[in-house]
Amino acid sequence: MTPKTESKEVGLKAGLEIHQQLDTHTKLFCNCPTRLRDKKESNFSFIRYLRASKSEMGEVDAAALEEQKYSQTFLYKGYDSTCLVEYDEEPPGELNGEAIETALEVALLLKMKPLDEVHTMRKIVIDGSNTCGFQRTALVATDGVLQTEEGPVRVDSLCLEEDAAQKLEPEGDAVVYSLDRLGIPLVEVCTAPDIKSAEQASKVAGQLGMILRSTGKVKRGLGTIRQDINISIEKGARVEIKGVQNLRLIRQIVEKEINRQLKLIELKQILNRRGAWVEDRIENLSDIFVNTSSRVLKKADNNVFGVCLHGFTGILGTELQPDRRFGSELADCARKYGVGLMHTDELPAYGITEDEVERMRSAFDAGEHDCVVIVATGRERAEKALNAVLARAEEAMHGVPKETRRALPNGCSAYMRPLPGAARMYPETDVPPVEIETRKLTRIKAQLPETFEDRKARYKEKFNINEELADKISRNHYFTLFERIMKSYAGLSATLVVRTLTDTLAELVQEGVEVDNLGDQHFMILFEQLAANSFGKEAIPAILTLLANKPDTSIEQAIAEIGLGVGIEEVTRAIADIVNSKKDFILENGERSVGPLMGVVMNDLRGKVDGKVINKILVEQVKAVLDEL
Amino acid sequence: MTIKKDHKINTFMMQLREGARVRIKKKTSNGSVVYEGIVMPTVSRNIVIKLDNGYNVGIRPEHADVELISGAEPLKELVKDKGVKEVEEAGLPVLSILSTGGTIASKVDYRTGAVSPQFSTDDILEAIPELGQIANIRGKVLYSILSENMRAEYWTKLATEVHNELKSGAEGIIVTHGTDTMGYTAAALSFMLQTPAPIVLVGSQRSSDRPSSDAAMNAISAAKVACSDLAEVVVVMHGNTSDKFCLIHRGTKVRKMHTSARYAFQSVNDVPVGKVYYDASNIGNIKVEFLSAYKKKTRDANELELRAELEDKCTSIKYYPGADPAILDFFAEQGYKGIVLEGTGLGHVSTDWLTCVERVVKSGIPVVMTSQCLYGAVCDRVYNTGRDLLRAGIIEGRDMLPETALVKLMWVLGQTTDMDEVRNMMQQNIAGEISGGRTLQ
Repeated sequence: MTPKTESKEVGLKAGLEIHQQLDTHTKLFCNCPTRLRDKKESNFSFIRYLRASKSEMGEVDAAALEEQKYSQTFLYKGYDSTCLVEYDEEPPGELNGEAIETALEVALLLKMKPLDEVHTMRKIVIDGSNTCGFQRTALVATDGVLQTEEGPVRVDSLCLEEDAAQKLEPEGDAVVYSLDRLGIPLVEVCTAPDIKSAEQASKVAGQLGMILRSTGKVKRGLGTIRQDINISIEKGARVEIKGVQNLRLIRQIVEKEINRQLKLIELKQILNRRGAWVEDRIENLSDIFVNTSSRVLKKADNNVFGVCLHGFTGILGTELQPDRRFGSELADCARKYGVGLMHTDELPAYGITEDEVERMRSAFDAGEHDCVVIVATGRERAEKALNAVLARAEEAMHGVPKETRRALPNGCSAYMRPLPGAARMYPETDVPPVEIETRKLTRIKAQLPETFEDRKARYKEKFNINEELADKISRNHYFTLFERIMKSYAGLSATLVVRTLTDTLAELVQEGVEVDNLGDQHFMILFEQLAANSFGKEAIPAILTLLANKPDTSIEQAIAEIGLGVGIEEVTRAIADIVNSKKDFILENGERSVGPLMGVVMNDLRGKVDGKVINKILVEQVKAVLDEL
Repeated sequence: MTIKKDHKINTFMMQLREGARVRIKKKTSNGSVVYEGIVMPTVSRNIVIKLDNGYNVGIRPEHADVELISGAEPLKELVKDKGVKEVEEAGLPVLSILSTGGTIASKVDYRTGAVSPQFSTDDILEAIPELGQIANIRGKVLYSILSENMRAEYWTKLATEVHNELKSGAEGIIVTHGTDTMGYTAAALSFMLQTPAPIVLVGSQRSSDRPSSDAAMNAISAAKVACSDLAEVVVVMHGNTSDKFCLIHRGTKVRKMHTSARYAFQSVNDVPVGKVYYDASNIGNIKVEFLSAYKKKTRDANELELRAELEDKCTSIKYYPGADPAILDFFAEQGYKGIVLEGTGLGHVSTDWLTCVERVVKSGIPVVMTSQCLYGAVCDRVYNTGRDLLRAGIIEGRDMLPETALVKLMWVLGQTTDMDEVRNMMQQNIAGEISGGRTLQ
């Protein structure tokens, strides 16, 4: 079953949320540069606490409230390139005009409708990533559309936002943030849940990324673009997966989330059949472990507390995603309070004996279908962690919980917090609204970068390539590189360059080659040498693979290492050797022998010289043999 | 209803009641678009609605097709928490919170789009429940104003209320106050009240409707000080940019030295009275440490004395190069009873001013010299100009802050009109406003 049909069968609805940093001169609300710093250059730090406050409607948002439960100390690192605005010691300045222009440009490229007046809002975020406890964000445009091969995907909204502070390694009890990134302008583009397959999700992300880059006004490089994905399937629930930094992961993430939701739906059915229930009794099990040989439990001074999940045996060990079981979901909840958990599905193990497991069970009168979960920490923290575990187990009986998750590098995800509600937004009174003048829009519209369609038509005409190739390269983010190559080196086949930048790279990705390591300079030098006939086009995949594995290798080294770059004399000699050894065959088959001989010759010389050159030499030599007659 | 002509817009906008749910259809250059949401207050000419995703957006009324979906529902009232204690807990001291407004008690005002004071004492208690662990809190809202709107007569009323609260058993007083003129009020209370108990003014530089507000930490620290054995009027505010400690400043020596930062309040020409080490996770861990000598709490009821009379027809004049001395005559003609000069350096104004100064002083208006330098004391015996000014009759304000000198002059003139006595009182330390000696800072 292909993932595509699978997506359709499960009723997948997915939407993307792309955050792209803008390459403005100054930050969104102050005059600081939008430059990231070496964290060692931080010249001072300060600490703060955050408290949840009433939103404008008088409700405290669920997500905000949950974060506050972990009363945390935040340590902020400042630089000589940050100011009082980042420290929340001075009101923000006006909305950065340069950023508004770029946002409008992107909006128009996506066929969106800009608002007449842009209002900056406060979105409550109290995880410390914003010193003021909220992120400033402004809705700039709505109602756009992106055409994809699988049909149109609506683009619901484009917001201009300030980037959050960057989280560093914790220091003691403090959560540490670096303030260099705080306030860098971002555009956030959200699509409607119109995406119906994992593959389409990946393509939409790619297209959006390219449109953003086509403005030439966005930052490039790792961490400058982040994707969040909203995913739901039939009978599942909306889950937001945050912080995908690599475009290539999107497809995997969607596929793995579909599987996770399917498994959770399955677990729900099993639990309901078993009549499972969650007992909200927290037991102090410390007595059982007074003489335990478990190191983890000893470390917590044998402070062990547990709960019983009735009817959950085997459930915690069920794999939802590769290497992530239902137990991992519970563990994510406990980890929010800084503790790990253990459960009877995985015990006895970790130095906990069979006998201790039996006593854990009997503390709850637990039967064979019941599962006991323990944490080893002081009472207060244990109660918080176990209550979170109980709440999550309760949700399992209803299927998939709505929640925000964090993308993991392998395409899986871990629990982060509940989904935020609309109540976490209120007006940023320190920033006056900005009226978008029609004149400004007209000017921006007149200077928009080329659309795909225009580019495609131009390529067909200028480079004489077919519809399919023109479409491929004009939608591909390498289109500027393609133009540079064609302009720099005469005599190259446009078809070859397009195929290299699209199909060849795609194949290499399939083979697991790290093509992200290839920079523009690698491609430039590759085609320069190809144009100079230093090797044959057949060698391109091998050279790119080598350069991707060892990006510091020079092209000469690469050619030498692969054993390419033979001179014409050497090729002529090699062909002569083969022709001489096959003289009888040539005499027997006449000129028709060239075809089969070409195969033999290419086996030896593939990639070293262009096949056309080889063919020419071979034909000449065969002719010479026949002429001798 | 479609709006086409400008003159119709205003009438229509009037009908668009705040809180009504509307659907607005608009034609744009690249197609039409529909917005749906709740009408919000606005100061611009555009229609501002809150979309269901929480964003506010502004829409030009021209060519907007507006359809009313449902009438105005009042914005939901703040849900009152039941957490506010009604029963007093035994063993905890009794504190009175007198609320005058300011950022510490403010929230978003939709009419102006700005922050305005609206919180009552209950709201503060609800927002900062920790206060209830420190003391049994009584509360009273005296004013709901930003402190730039304070007036000298309000100081008198505030001092009287503080006096009443102390008389009726409060063991400490917290005054919540806007930060802009908190220094003036602190000075006024310092002169008006002889107190056997702590009187603590507190404010915040970040409004309490934001998670990073300094209101909670300042208020909790203030409550700790209000429960201490200090018997003075003080200001308790953030010590530096970190949420680590607050400083206790003497009411006559404190000045707002930064427009926006948490650490705006500084003791000038004096070390702070003390420090409050904050701990967000454990209120019991918060410690008050005194850094200099202070007046201690007594149980002697006679210690409490109110002398709230003020002569508010006093002014201060900031001298600048080339300033016209006729301004002195102007105030004299307007019936002003006292003038504080903010001179340059050691306490100077141009020699052009000497005749005017002399004339005004002779007419019975005390003129007190302070310095724009803020740091250091006035000394008019060093240069000729200074000596001439002394001969002309100015009173040296020593190392008093110009604002404190003004408040003190109002208070002194409220106590006596005898010029010799005024001169004596102005140069005598009454409430810590004149330091015995200054140290390197």
